[in-house]
Amino acid sequence: MEEFAELLDRLVLTPARNGKLTLLVDYFRDTPDPDRGLALAALTGDLDIANVKPAMIRALIAERMDEQLFAYSYDYVGDLAETISLVWSTDEPVRANAVPTLGDIVTSLALASRSDAVRLVEKWLDQLDASARYALLKLVTGGLRIGVSARLAKQALAQFGDVDVTEIEELWHGLKPPYEALFAWLESKADKPQSLATAPFRPVMLSTPLEEPDYTKISAEAYVAEWKWDGIRVQLTAEGGRRRIYSRTGDDISQAFPDIVDFMNFEGTLDGELLVARNTDAGVEIGAFGDLQQRLNRKTVSARQLESHPAFVRLYDLLLDGSDDVRGLPFVERRARLESFVKQLEPTRFDLSPLVPYDSFDDLVELRKNPPHPIIEGLMLKQRSSTYVPGRPKGPWFKWKRDPFIIDAVLVYAQRGHGKRSSYYSDYTFAVWTGPETEPHLVPVGKAYFGFTDDELKQLDAFVRNNTTERFGPVRSVRAEPEHGLVLEVAFEGLNRSKRHKSGVAMRFPRISRLRWDKPPIEADRLETLEALLRDSETAD
Amino acid sequence: MLKRPEALLCSTPAGLYSPAGDFHIDPVRAVDRALITHGHSDHARSGHRKVMATQQTLDIMGLRYAGNFAGETQAADLGKATEINGVTVSFYPAGHVLGSAQIVVEKDGMRIVASGDYKRRADPTCTGFEPVSCDVFITEATFALPVFRHPDSRDEIAKLLKSVEQFPERSHLVGAYALGKAQRVIRMLRDAGYDRTIYIHGALEKLCHYYKSQGIDLGPLSPATTETGSVQDFAGAVVIAPPSAFLDRWARRFPDPVSCFASGWMRIRQRARQQGIELPLILSDHCDWDELTGTITELGPSQVWVTHGREEALVRWCELNDYAARPLHLVGYEDEGD
Ligand SMILES: [Zn+2]
Ligand SMILES: [Zn+2]
Repeated sequence: MEEFAELLDRLVLTPARNGKLTLLVDYFRDTPDPDRGLALAALTGDLDIANVKPAMIRALIAERMDEQLFAYSYDYVGDLAETISLVWSTDEPVRANAVPTLGDIVTSLALASRSDAVRLVEKWLDQLDASARYALLKLVTGGLRIGVSARLAKQALAQFGDVDVTEIEELWHGLKPPYEALFAWLESKADKPQSLATAPFRPVMLSTPLEEPDYTKISAEAYVAEWKWDGIRVQLTAEGGRRRIYSRTGDDISQAFPDIVDFMNFEGTLDGELLVARNTDAGVEIGAFGDLQQRLNRKTVSARQLESHPAFVRLYDLLLDGSDDVRGLPFVERRARLESFVKQLEPTRFDLSPLVPYDSFDDLVELRKNPPHPIIEGLMLKQRSSTYVPGRPKGPWFKWKRDPFIIDAVLVYAQRGHGKRSSYYSDYTFAVWTGPETEPHLVPVGKAYFGFTDDELKQLDAFVRNNTTERFGPVRSVRAEPEHGLVLEVAFEGLNRSKRHKSGVAMRFPRISRLRWDKPPIEADRLETLEALLRDSETAD
Repeated sequence: MLKRPEALLCSTPAGLYSPAGDFHIDPVRAVDRALITHGHSDHARSGHRKVMATQQTLDIMGLRYAGNFAGETQAADLGKATEINGVTVSFYPAGHVLGSAQIVVEKDGMRIVASGDYKRRADPTCTGFEPVSCDVFITEATFALPVFRHPDSRDEIAKLLKSVEQFPERSHLVGAYALGKAQRVIRMLRDAGYDRTIYIHGALEKLCHYYKSQGIDLGPLSPATTETGSVQDFAGAVVIAPPSAFLDRWARRFPDPVSCFASGWMRIRQRARQQGIELPLILSDHCDWDELTGTITELGPSQVWVTHGREEALVRWCELNDYAARPLHLVGYEDEGD
């Protein structure tokens, strides 16, 4: 348990992805089963553990400590689990007796009633050190939020076992904590576990960006063109009555989309883009990415949302036709099968992503510039002969995104970076003008921390240090007046409406594309420009 | 016996003052006669006419204030009594940093111990705290909350060494106060078997040199400048610097540093998070809660006076345990060496 606690403490404070991976891989190597698997499940939120109410823990400490002293402590620390973990006082001999492992804790809690659970927790608090007490309390009160995504965990497992991450993704769904068979395979102590799940995830095929020397490869004879839709890439699979919707990294997201699952009355596996529609007075239209977000990250969906934001899937590909694995066939043959497959499907839930006819590369240039719908992100180019292979091979599939949106904004705050960048002000908040033309003021519209070169970072850092007007902890506010300040050219992929932001808009994927030292701040864009863009993207055809 | 201890020592805006002996202890303003517990800058200020302190504290003040920091100095030998205007004064080790002392003040059977800053656990870079029984014990309260329980210092050093092994391509930048903490971290690394060159920030050089001259072996040290090594030499290295240097451009010479901070404050996660610390090391030169309350229990004074820090919690503990206690409300001590 103490090793797990140490891992947690380090993961929380380690900003870089690579650092997190190293910590996880080392932990998997140094920790026996079942603890490492249980830890993994705890980190990814897949560990079901008896729930103890914070009030019950609070009562435990009240039995042991002066209320006034506890109040001073809690007031200072601010977090209940952390306060209790620190003030809990133990006699050394008790500690030395037995330190429970994560496995002991999980097993005992699974068998315990709620009131027994509290007494167990009390006993363990006596046996553990302060860090482990904190981990235990977070675990049993359900407050463990470490920010290790399933994606990162899979990457760490792949690195630990020196296998491709797609192999982990393929297996993942059939596995349960503590993943002993998986670890045995990754340590070359056993064969690769068979995926026992019905309707398992099949690793998806991804594209690489189309860039300069490869333009010449593209011809209508070799590549078909398709629109790249800006929803979420999904895999739909239905086998023997089992229906699942997977994200492209193999997470099961079926629960959030019952309106799709209900109509998956087919046998096979499809690849497509999940989009939402919007019911308006004018009829049904495709919603913007913001509409889709209404449906994402929810465990359950309300009837109202099903009505106002129904989901559908625009199909790209066919992987399994009935029980026939067609991934080894060329794209054009799979496509022909898909076209007949789709005829048996409910048309309000499934449609085909149309192929985009073209003759020459110049046609594609035009198409990319003027896509017929705002939620198109660009073009996909797929080799006619390409088989469906997992991962991101270079050549068979290209994505060619349309140019980003660009605005000029004014730098208003800068925040110190992390890791390599901790001596730099490297996270920038930028704003646009709003209010009357005669008396404009700045309203923040986004934050960016990449897009610039190392040299530009130094210039930005120097500008921030020399133009600081106020400091709050790691943040500095920077001089930003009509005639004095720094204009940043910001590129972004799209806009959403946002209630959380004062400006009412949130940018997708913003980055700094240029430093406009030449421009006085007053010439930066106004909020109206963004609002117009937002309206454009919402009035879909 | 003196009726009231306040006739022997009391708090004034300039700091602790002895009306009977006409001297101050660790005054925050320039005074005629100052007795100084240790060299941290909030306790040892320059500009007093007469200064009495241990020889090591005087040396450290000399290093920090470039020689001429007082009109007249007098070295106090540990354990030896001196008379000042009819008040007996003696210095006893405080275990805080090199040269640190408690100051014992006595007259007519009344004895007050002004402990300055102190700690109880072993520190290979200074003499350990020596308990002196007294009527009034003046204690600091920097970490006087039950949440502060410093773990075993050796475990914290082990944590650092484990990380150095885990991230051999990165440098470990350890924030440590220039006087005391920095040398203690270095010495403890040596005790744990780390024998590679340790790189130090320029602000630590004089003090590390002084510690060595006092017989504290710090092993091979080298200035952390790019003139002495290329950026890649710092990969896998341990670099010690005052915490403020992290925010300087100075810190940029290190490859993807793991920022560490050796301080008692690192016990609180939010503190580490706010300061962007990746590896907190809970290492303090002050007592933790158990050591503070344990010291009071051990000495059993009839009064406890509590100063700089979280006075209210320690006063509350004294109430619960039947010790007469009150906060002193001295101002001007912002700890340099926590
Ligand atoms: Zn102090
Ligand atoms: Zn001090």
